Amino acid sequence: MRWVWFHKLGSPKWFFFQSKSWVLPLLGLGSIGLIVGLVWGLAFAPADYQQGDTFRIIYIHVPAAMLAQSCYFALGAAGFVYLVWQMKMAPIFIKAIAPIGAVMALIALVTGAIWGKPTWGTWWIWDARLTSVLVLFFLYMGIIALQSAFDDVMLANKATAVVCVVGLINLPIIKYSVVWWNTLHQGATFSLAEKPAMSAEMWLPLLVSVVGFYLFIAGLVLWRMQSEILQREHRSSWVKKEVMDRGL
Amino acid sequence: MAFDTFPAFLIMGKHGVYVWSAYGFSMLAIAVLTWNTFAHHRKVRNTLMKRYRMDQIR
Repeated sequence: MRWVWFHKLGSPKWFFFQSKSWVLPLLGLGSIGLIVGLVWGLAFAPADYQQGDTFRIIYIHVPAAMLAQSCYFALGAAGFVYLVWQMKMAPIFIKAIAPIGAVMALIALVTGAIWGKPTWGTWWIWDARLTSVLVLFFLYMGIIALQSAFDDVMLANKATAVVCVVGLINLPIIKYSVVWWNTLHQGATFSLAEKPAMSAEMWLPLLVSVVGFYLFIAGLVLWRMQSEILQREHRSSWVKKEVMDRGL
Repeated sequence: MAFDTFPAFLIMGKHGVYVWSAYGFSMLAIAVLTWNTFAHHRKVRNTLMKRYRMDQIR
């Protein structure tokens, strides 16, 4: 197996120039997916026979909740990569993705609360699913705070990576909370193995919205990584050239 | 279109307030996140440019 790509990925300079041309297309395609998916879901999908139009919140709640978990999975993987190989890019990735994951978790929590009021009759309940997602949000906040809590960059990188990896334990808890405990939150509507129990008119816009969210967030992550690379590598001559050329 | 009239689209049965506030909050959060990403990138570039120029003068 050739590991060249893996070593190249560890080079901030290589990554910077490779990812530069990806940011705008990802943001553009992502916005199109978001707009199409959300307008479709809001105005054209049929109303639910039980919940009426309230179910339309699904088109943001589900993608945001999926991303909050995917971002954390990536964060944990990056933490592991840093602890094992001390790869330079890993802390840069962690720094870039943590605030994005936090915002996604917040959107999932807030839209969930707004959805809960008319359907369950309460904004919040301390059940397993809701509590574990709240823990996910606090994990993100803790990681963001930890990154700037040390003067020593190496120490900050290491401490953050450890928390990222340890926090992974929360992901299966979130996923299976609706199975293991008796919660108000419904079980998963979709699985990879089975045909969706929802009609296509309802899940197609959801699929478009989910893809839009993923692309848009990928663009944002790359963009934040670009800033972080410039900042951390500011002593390199290529960064100086990059900054001065663009500005003049 | 799932709604007959535009007011019906805004009211959404009786839960329009919930649906629209959920969408409004989410769009606002994503807009703030995007703006923050852009502003931070610009700030990093400007700060570095100033620093490099200072170095050149010295």
